[in-house]
Amino acid sequence: MSILVNSQTRVLVQGITGEFGGRHARLSLAYGTQIVAGVTPGKGGQTFDGQVPIFDTVAEAVRETGATASAVFVPPAFAADAILEGVDAGLDLVVCITEGIPVNDMVKVKAALAGRKTRLIGPNCPGIVTPGEGPDSHGGCRIGIAPGYIHRKGHIGVVSRSGTLTYEAVWQLTCRGVGQSTCVGIGGDPVNGSSHLDIIQLFNDDPDTHGIIMIGEIGGAAEEEAAAWIRRHCKKPVAGFIAGATAPPGRRMGHAGAIVSGGKGTAAAKIEAFKAAGIAVAPTPSEMADTLLRLM
Amino acid sequence: MNLHEYQAKELLAARGVNVPPGGVCDSPAAARAIAEDLLAHGANLIAVKSQIHAGGRGKGTFNTGYQGGVKLFKTAAEVEAAAAAMLGNVLVTKQTGPEGRRVRKLIIAAAPNIQKELYVAVLLDRSLARPVLMASTEGGMDIEEVAARSPEKIVKVAVDPALGLMPYQARKVAVALGLRGELIGHGAKLLQGVYRTWWECDASLVEINPLCVILTREGKLALQAVDAKIALDDNALFRHPDLHAMRDLGEEAPLEIEASKFNLNYIKLDGNIACLVNGAGLAMATMDIIQHYGGRPANFLDVGGGATREQVAAAFKIILQDPNVQAILVNIFGGIMDCNVIATGIVAAVKETGLKLPLVVRLEGNNVQAGNQTLAQSGLPLVRGDSMADAAQKVVAAVATR
Repeated sequence: MSILVNSQTRVLVQGITGEFGGRHARLSLAYGTQIVAGVTPGKGGQTFDGQVPIFDTVAEAVRETGATASAVFVPPAFAADAILEGVDAGLDLVVCITEGIPVNDMVKVKAALAGRKTRLIGPNCPGIVTPGEGPDSHGGCRIGIAPGYIHRKGHIGVVSRSGTLTYEAVWQLTCRGVGQSTCVGIGGDPVNGSSHLDIIQLFNDDPDTHGIIMIGEIGGAAEEEAAAWIRRHCKKPVAGFIAGATAPPGRRMGHAGAIVSGGKGTAAAKIEAFKAAGIAVAPTPSEMADTLLRLM
Repeated sequence: MNLHEYQAKELLAARGVNVPPGGVCDSPAAARAIAEDLLAHGANLIAVKSQIHAGGRGKGTFNTGYQGGVKLFKTAAEVEAAAAAMLGNVLVTKQTGPEGRRVRKLIIAAAPNIQKELYVAVLLDRSLARPVLMASTEGGMDIEEVAARSPEKIVKVAVDPALGLMPYQARKVAVALGLRGELIGHGAKLLQGVYRTWWECDASLVEINPLCVILTREGKLALQAVDAKIALDDNALFRHPDLHAMRDLGEEAPLEIEASKFNLNYIKLDGNIACLVNGAGLAMATMDIIQHYGGRPANFLDVGGGATREQVAAAFKIILQDPNVQAILVNIFGGIMDCNVIATGIVAAVKETGLKLPLVVRLEGNNVQAGNQTLAQSGLPLVRGDSMADAAQKVVAAVATR
């Protein structure tokens, strides 16, 4: 098992005819992911790479192909609209890769998501990978932009706000012969669809996930919220790392959400919250996997 | 993107928020003219306010020794003299760092008869994913201090983005601020104007500190935004060309402006080990691991997930302009991107810049063997790191032995 997606998940790509969306749709197909449809308004009826049908609307794509999940590769100005189109079409899961969406657009999206069944991952995230059984984890479900081959099928869940730090953690695990159940990049924006806590709860309920690596960074209080829940409810060993201990206050460190403002959201406070919750904190990003494996 | 006080007040005033009468100027003569006009219309005290993107202006010192970046005067001649002393000079405050900021514009405004100072702000509550209106009776103070010392003096109202700030919410806050009688209605209107400024401008922060209860010359109480600060959401600037035009490059570090031209995310720090990394999280973590092993990072630099050869070359040039840099750490996790392309870019950049400083490179990911081979065969005196920890230790050691 896994969380959110598995090798059978039928995925559509919004923005499949764009350079970025197309490149990663191709990589997902090569990984063995069930990319069953693309959506680009005005290009309905065409096919992508001669194998994936393109539709004008998400609703049509869902109706015709039975897709339940979407990857959004739509430019920032139109991404909020694309997310809500997926919600309206009744998708179970929308994964938004787009970086640079205005915060107020995401505030509106969050309000519109209330009471709907769709789960949103991202935006500004690398997406989700549930590794497959084949060589280099081929045959899994890759939604987004993560490199598939660094994964290995197994029992560790990884959740992170940062793309490359996720890859770093995954690669450390794989190099030690330890596989992953599912790896989720929740994104680096201040307002995102799913929090660390949302994903930790899914891992906690997943019988196939035996341990968790949670990677956070400065800004906001999502790591603290997750830590408070873990302290009371989590049945599985958790290792953590927080990036940004050396970041100057008041500056955005690349990610829109990575900022210490008004003394809030510091790495020190988050590390403290992790320790108080019994989460093993990796002293450096080189030791994320080892820190977890010592607990297992 | 941050705005100047005068720009913030323009945006607020356009939405019905009362601000002190006055004007903006960039010459002593213009300062005098505005002051004369204000005095002729009944003002008896004139504020001269330096426009820089930093707080603590009132207690700041100019590089000339002149004291105070915000001052009050009774005559136009004094205003003109103060303007001459401030304009063109560098103001150092507790927030600017020792290098200070050059003052290019001044606000010249009528100073009100202040009865009470309040605090009002609109900002994003990340946990709620909603804007909140935050207010306090403790105006004129650092709000973080108020939050730490007496959190009960701060009221917060979350706003439904579909509804906006409702009048009843605004009245509730006005009453909590101690406003009474017709000031409740005036205050509510003003608060709605502040919220609309936040929403319509795609701001990340609108702060009025202090919002003052003033006594007008007619002997009535009124509300006035005496100081204002606005920060905008960079992601939304594409739909606000008018606001984008308010960007003041003079307030930004030259190297950071240069980096942004190449889509590089660079932030200068005060250490001596430069880093060049792909991905924001990994870039932060690289700074952290340098510090963990006893070094001091000279910068944050994210070349992005799909860095090109040109970007790597530009990144090297920017790093090398920082005179404090004594060694460089390159940390690349090439998931999709080809490590060999990056390695080729590094070799080209090192040759082009004639790099003399120690360089430690850690490559991992796609086609890493070819990348490492390119580095090894380049004939350059660079050191390879096998892991982040190994690379960080090597670069720290390289600086220590210099």
